[in-house]
Amino acid sequence: MLTLLLLFIPLIASPLCAVISRDKVKYFALVVSLLQLAAIVYAFTLFKSDIANQFGVNYWWIQSLGIAFKAGFDGISILMVALTNFLIPLIILSSFRNENENPKAFYGLILFMQFALVGVFTALDGFLFYVFWELALIPIYFICLMWGGKDKVRITLKFFIYTLAGSLLMLVGLIYLYLQTPGIHTFDIQSFYNVTLTPEAQGWLFWAFFIAFAIKIPIFPLHTWQPDTYTDAPTQGTMLLSGIMLKMGLYGMIRWMLPIVPIGINEWGHFAMILCVISIVYSSLMAFVQKDFKRLIAYSSIAHVGLIAAGILSLNIQGLQGAMIQMLSHGVNVVGMFFIVDIIQRKMKTRNLAELGGLANNSPIFTILFMIVLLASIALPLTNGFVGEFLLLNGIYQYNAWIAACAGLTVILGSVYMLRAYQAIMLGEPNAKYTEFTGLSKIEKIILVSIVSVIFITGIYPKPIFMVAQPALEDILVHIKDIY
Amino acid sequence: MNALIVIACLGIAAMMSEVLGFKKLLLPLVAIGLISVVGLFVMDWNTSIRYYHDMLYFDNYAIAFSAMVTVLTALWLIMSKEYFISTTSKAEHAALILFCLTGAIVMISYSDLSMLFIGIEILSISLYVLAASNKHDLRSNEAGLKYFLMGAFATGFLLFGITLIYGASGSFNLQEIANYLSKNSEHLPMFVYAGVLLMLVGLLFKVSAAPFHFWAPDVYEGSPTLVTAFMSTIVKTAAFAAFYRLFATCFSDLSGWWGETLAIVAALTMLVGNVLAVMQQNFKRMLAYSSIAHAGYMLMAIVAMNHISAGAIFLYTSAYSIASLGAFACLHALGANDNEKIINLRGFIAKQPFNAGLLCLAMLSLAGIPPLAGFFAKYYLFYGVIQSGYLWLVLVAVLSSLIGVYYYFRVIYTMFLPREEEDGVLPKISGGHKILLTIVAILSLLMGIFPGILQGIL
Repeated sequence: MLTLLLLFIPLIASPLCAVISRDKVKYFALVVSLLQLAAIVYAFTLFKSDIANQFGVNYWWIQSLGIAFKAGFDGISILMVALTNFLIPLIILSSFRNENENPKAFYGLILFMQFALVGVFTALDGFLFYVFWELALIPIYFICLMWGGKDKVRITLKFFIYTLAGSLLMLVGLIYLYLQTPGIHTFDIQSFYNVTLTPEAQGWLFWAFFIAFAIKIPIFPLHTWQPDTYTDAPTQGTMLLSGIMLKMGLYGMIRWMLPIVPIGINEWGHFAMILCVISIVYSSLMAFVQKDFKRLIAYSSIAHVGLIAAGILSLNIQGLQGAMIQMLSHGVNVVGMFFIVDIIQRKMKTRNLAELGGLANNSPIFTILFMIVLLASIALPLTNGFVGEFLLLNGIYQYNAWIAACAGLTVILGSVYMLRAYQAIMLGEPNAKYTEFTGLSKIEKIILVSIVSVIFITGIYPKPIFMVAQPALEDILVHIKDIY
Repeated sequence: MNALIVIACLGIAAMMSEVLGFKKLLLPLVAIGLISVVGLFVMDWNTSIRYYHDMLYFDNYAIAFSAMVTVLTALWLIMSKEYFISTTSKAEHAALILFCLTGAIVMISYSDLSMLFIGIEILSISLYVLAASNKHDLRSNEAGLKYFLMGAFATGFLLFGITLIYGASGSFNLQEIANYLSKNSEHLPMFVYAGVLLMLVGLLFKVSAAPFHFWAPDVYEGSPTLVTAFMSTIVKTAAFAAFYRLFATCFSDLSGWWGETLAIVAALTMLVGNVLAVMQQNFKRMLAYSSIAHAGYMLMAIVAMNHISAGAIFLYTSAYSIASLGAFACLHALGANDNEKIINLRGFIAKQPFNAGLLCLAMLSLAGIPPLAGFFAKYYLFYGVIQSGYLWLVLVAVLSSLIGVYYYFRVIYTMFLPREEEDGVLPKISGGHKILLTIVAILSLLMGIFPGILQGIL
């Protein structure tokens, strides 16, 4: 029941945005998203981490084809939905000061996006998963198209076709799997887990899934849509994309790839792992030379998620635990970062590093909050980034020490480009050409303070997250260990 | 069967309306007629009766497709209401459309090759006239002539094929031909293969598959928009129903022989249609190429030739035709001053957000994006084709779908661009066009979210 509630609150609210007056629609969207947040908090109070598929729903959708509306929560899903429902209110709040010509469509699309994202993270039927996966693409396409920057038409189309290419490949993989299920074919995830496949088929399926997820994440060399899209999208669109949407790819790897094609991963995993490492080093170096702060964050995001993907592919519990916690941390941190970019952009009318400087003099609170978010994203101990990155590197080390050594470069390179950016923006002499930086508004403080408190809470006491995720991750690993 | 008689009589009544002077009653009469025809089809469900010494066979397959083309014609009439009021020769138009529909139903329900031929001719001859019906427009004349020449050519191939098959089997009846082929499968004379090939070519001409597609863009572009809409939806559906029926009943044993060829034709059609559609600046021409591309997808179902193929074609043609009708309704309403460029859509979303949103849904359905009808139809089709082992064909289809997304989305994003001065005034979509667009959007959503409605029936 709770699953249906979490899915249908935003779905029903989304078209309602069209009938609410222009001035009030943002409050309506905020209330709906807070309701969603309350619902997921309530779900946590009832949640027992050692039971799979809680609050489950299971109805036939197209019975003759074995397609069901089957959704439910386990430790992995609930954390991802919690991330979604925590970030969406912040994203909505961050848009409160925007001058928006068409707020009804904007908030309607964000809520629709929330519906699709919750659906992706809870679906337990291959067909349903695919439908939600594609559905999430439509609102973000329109958000980027309607409120994007100068070159939006070309960039958003590239983004759409790129991700759709991966999705369709995954669809072919899913249909293939479906045809391998014994008896009356079904898309049920459990039968996918139990299906026996030849090693060769697993190899092909691995690539079908991996390419789909790698485009979404994104991993080198399939990342080329990402920097443009992140830079050109409106701030809220970038937040949705980087904070939540790319987690769809990582989540998909854990839920839909590892247990289904373990032999395929055994065969090709090292190759994918090397791609992840290239992705980490390459994008860190790219971040180093960026002049646009938003673009820099976009590249740093590729490095972070590359590490998460490598941790997932290392196939041990440390790697998976690290991936879980780092997905949450990265989501929170990157949204914080993009919000900071937005603040600077709005107040200074530029985000070019060369044109900024000396902002620290004007707003000490902003300086401190920015510093904390930045340190979290370069994984300083006591922040959430540290816990995740430590576990990830630990997991990758168990897989292969050399790969871990290369992947570990992200810690060093990350601090180099981030601190360099911080220095360029906050320290030194103010650039006389630009207006003076003013203090933070109340809404901006609320957003940044909630992000910073999450950074510290998960950084200092991450144990509850481990407890929630542990049994579900062990279930995933069981399917892999069976094979070896 | 009764339905067929009703439609034919309706056509004759429409012709007489001019003479007998009840022109004003024509449209309501046709509307009521079509609705009752659908009712008659529903009553015949599960009866499977053979008529006229087994010339026509109304099994569930025939009834489902016939009902669908009738519904599509009714939908098409909604948008053509204004057209029929303004034009001077509306009685002829109505009669020709009804004769087309008669031909289409004969084509769908034949169980004898002579009926296939008669059905195609009834349909085509009416269409030649309709294509050239805008007689003061040079392009319309060109379209009519081109369509006529190409149609005659294709019919010639088809007749040669029928003759050769008759020569071998001694019968026009589908069932008897099938029996003959399976009995003598070891030592079939060479000219049977030639006959199958000639019929294949003839039918591929009719459904405008590559490399027999060259007539289609010119004819579609030149014909009056409403006629184009009719051709690329109702006529296409009927042609595919006939195509599948022939190959499923008669030649499925020979599929090892024609399967690969047809698979290559399907792949080529999808790629040619989609790639050329990308380059079009003209909305109508783009839709013409997109209709070629969709023919390629539908051919895949014939290639697959398994227990779900009939259902897949049914689902796909209905999803495609419904969405296409929406696109054509927009094109017809907006292209009032002969401005059929895609760029004419600039500013559509700002001026008429509701209508633009509906067109968006139609485009998304054509592109095959969930949760719209086009997606599920495509999924079901792919599923059948993978099941028959043509994985490579599905990969080609996936690739060409991506190309398809490019130009359908070009229509979508053009609506979001600001309107320039040179574009002139955007006509307002209202009346029948708006009603049709709304119905199209609702049906596309319904069929996408609850695909079980249509999926199980064939």
